[in-house]
Amino acid sequence: MKRLLLVLALAFSLLMAGCGGEEKKAEETKAPEQAAEKAPEAQPKTLRLAMAADPVSLDPLVQLSGGMLQYSHMVFDPLVRWAQDGSIVPRLAYKWEQIDDNTMRFFLLEGVKFHSGNEFTAKDVVWTLARLKKSQDFKGLFEPFEKAVAVDDYTVDLVTKEPYGLLLSMATYIFPMDSEFYSGTDEKGLPKDAIVKTDYSFANINESGTGPFTVVHREQGVKTEFARFADYWDENTGNVDEIVLTPIPNDASRVAALLSGDVDFVMPVPPQDLERVESNDNLQLVIMGGSRVITLQMNGERNPALADPKVRQAIVYAVNNQGIVDTIMKGFATVASQQAPEGFAGYVADLKPRFDLEKAQQLMAESSYPDGFACTMIAPNNRYVKDEKIAEAVVSMLSKIGIKVTLKTMPKAQYWDEFDAQVADLQMIGWHPDTEDSANYTEFLLMCRNAETGYGQYNSGSYCNPDVDALILASQTETDLAKRSEMLQEVERILYDDAAFVPLHWENLSWASKKGMNTADVVNVQNFPYFGDLVIE
Amino acid sequence: MVAFIIRRVLQGMMVMVVIALIGFAIKQSFGDPVREITGISVSAEEREALREELGLNDPFMVQFGRFLYNAAHGDLGQSFFYKKPAMEVILSKAPATLELVFCSAILIVLLSVPLGIYCAIRPKQLFAKFVMGASTVGVSIPVFLTAIMLIYIFSIELHWLPSFGRGETVNIGGWQTGLLTWDGIKHLIMPTVALSSIMLPLFIRLIRSEMMEVLQNEYIKYAWAKGLPPLRVWIVHAFRNTLLPVITVGGVQLGITIAFTILTETVFSWQGMGSMFIQAVERADSSLMVAYLVVVGFIFVVVNTVVDIIYGLVNPTVRITGRK
Repeated sequence: MKRLLLVLALAFSLLMAGCGGEEKKAEETKAPEQAAEKAPEAQPKTLRLAMAADPVSLDPLVQLSGGMLQYSHMVFDPLVRWAQDGSIVPRLAYKWEQIDDNTMRFFLLEGVKFHSGNEFTAKDVVWTLARLKKSQDFKGLFEPFEKAVAVDDYTVDLVTKEPYGLLLSMATYIFPMDSEFYSGTDEKGLPKDAIVKTDYSFANINESGTGPFTVVHREQGVKTEFARFADYWDENTGNVDEIVLTPIPNDASRVAALLSGDVDFVMPVPPQDLERVESNDNLQLVIMGGSRVITLQMNGERNPALADPKVRQAIVYAVNNQGIVDTIMKGFATVASQQAPEGFAGYVADLKPRFDLEKAQQLMAESSYPDGFACTMIAPNNRYVKDEKIAEAVVSMLSKIGIKVTLKTMPKAQYWDEFDAQVADLQMIGWHPDTEDSANYTEFLLMCRNAETGYGQYNSGSYCNPDVDALILASQTETDLAKRSEMLQEVERILYDDAAFVPLHWENLSWASKKGMNTADVVNVQNFPYFGDLVIE
Repeated sequence: MVAFIIRRVLQGMMVMVVIALIGFAIKQSFGDPVREITGISVSAEEREALREELGLNDPFMVQFGRFLYNAAHGDLGQSFFYKKPAMEVILSKAPATLELVFCSAILIVLLSVPLGIYCAIRPKQLFAKFVMGASTVGVSIPVFLTAIMLIYIFSIELHWLPSFGRGETVNIGGWQTGLLTWDGIKHLIMPTVALSSIMLPLFIRLIRSEMMEVLQNEYIKYAWAKGLPPLRVWIVHAFRNTLLPVITVGGVQLGITIAFTILTETVFSWQGMGSMFIQAVERADSSLMVAYLVVVGFIFVVVNTVVDIIYGLVNPTVRITGRK
């Protein structure tokens, strides 16, 4: 018996020893001002935050994504930022004025400190814009910008190549970085300002911004700890002392963590759990209509039937997008009839959703394909909320007007190559404009495909209407916002009449937190919660 | 013994090369990592340039050859998402998974041995019937359902146990352990139970049926006739011979347990190799995926080798046959 136990013990010790050899040094990255071990959660106000993913890097310019911008708003401050009502409000720039057609002058706050202790001045803005223009992800957005010029320490001019109506919107993406901190070389002899996507870089693991929080401890994919920046310039803000951000990718687990009280704030909330969160007395749920539109593109070049305007109309009329929102999305979306949601420059109030099965059948009968036809369709299955279910619903809706659709769904990691290769007649795509502006939808989704200019990069239906292109191009240099808005509305009307795409819905945004926080005040349609302003009672 | 180990090591290396080859062959179909590390509005040329820079445009054999060459030097490639060598990422996640597997293996052994023996020697008792019934239920509930039920009962309703993560960990020579803090242990309980829920019933049933078979043998009857005390008959004579098949199955199952950690870790947001792998697949972080497959292949090989050695210790005939 003893020997047996020995053998068993040996078995385990051998196994553990075999794997125990794989030890290694501590792997977590640390910010320069590295505080001591986690403080006991006694007096300081700690926000335990769970998101679907954590920031991929500490360098805000490594990737243009919602997650990275959310991070940027915590650790950095933009020149200006969006308010909840869609207006643009001062941050590091307290005032701005148009000097000439191509130049906007920004007046900067004085006495603002970076996390490193360096003073924030105009040279940091100049440096950051130059770096933005080098970033693979941001250079496209900042293409219209020529340069930034420091007039004096606290005044900076942003100069565009041509008059640019979106200049101020783009300034919400300029998060000045500490030029002194990021200049020179690190101990490995590598430049500190290098933008590196897949390997070590100084900026990937160190930060110095002006934002309300500093990164105290970061273990990628496990948790990130933020502490309030003691010298933060804006004293009129929230009272959160530290934030512990944990990524919980699994929807059910993220909600469970909130329901069990292990975290205080989660985003996003999956549609199937909205009711549970809402009915819980200790929790509050905040929902807003978002700007990511889900659409289907119809490729008339691949399938001649889809080139027939009547057929395209029939498809749009046959898709019951209200039904999709009600049953599949559980009301957690807004039915769309156009690309841009209400509040955007191009939104046209009188364009209504078109579901009408009889009209659809009638249109089919009048088309050159009265007996219907067969076509193919692809959709992702883990990119948008309920994407696969939506695609399946569309298949059955189209079968009612005699269109037999063969659907293939796949994970997002594989989807985009197939999408670009235009492998199917109907392809699903959702779009959230990086510029928070109407024109961006059309530029990427529906302008004529042009490899040189990059317009129509995601126009997998190969829709092409020169009038639309002309209007969008004209809108880019139009600085009179009312005129610009008219042009963009005209575009939406043309797209509507042409049945350029099948509009489904705009995904809603959701945040859930414990009661006793001003959650509703710090969130916005851009989905950049301003945690710096969060107040916990 | 030495020849045996050398043979096993060579076999193991072959296995790992084959795994790497398969991993490499399928990684393309998992998607394009460049898509995952760039924003959606980045132009096609920018992407192409990045792809070229990362060597993703090279022919398959060139990429695989480069991988083998680097792997022989201990470099399994670079994780695109973590921006670190894949091996470093895996090793940083290994303690979480190994502690989970270790604890659940202990739980399985501690429970399945006495319960299995009891059910074998007292099959007619009500408790034995209950155990058998419960084990049928246990084996047929998928592990993620068990996990979600546990979270619902113990975290959401009772607020006894935390629902996710590892809690507070202590760093011992680079090994982040959750076993030394009360918080860490509280976090460990539910994942351990969930992970055990698949293997435990299996082991109880296995031990029971093997034991019952052994109890029918002539030498047991002789032991009874000789008037040996029951405990000695059951434990020393019967159970010892029951162990052989159990160890074999156990070794293989331990490997499968590692596979099941993928589900358990995902539900509990346990930051181990399993959830890392799932996320690598979702992010098309292909180098990390391939590296994970190779490392897990390595663990399988090690476990099976160890099992064979133990088997030899318990049953000398294996060694003797091997020596021929």
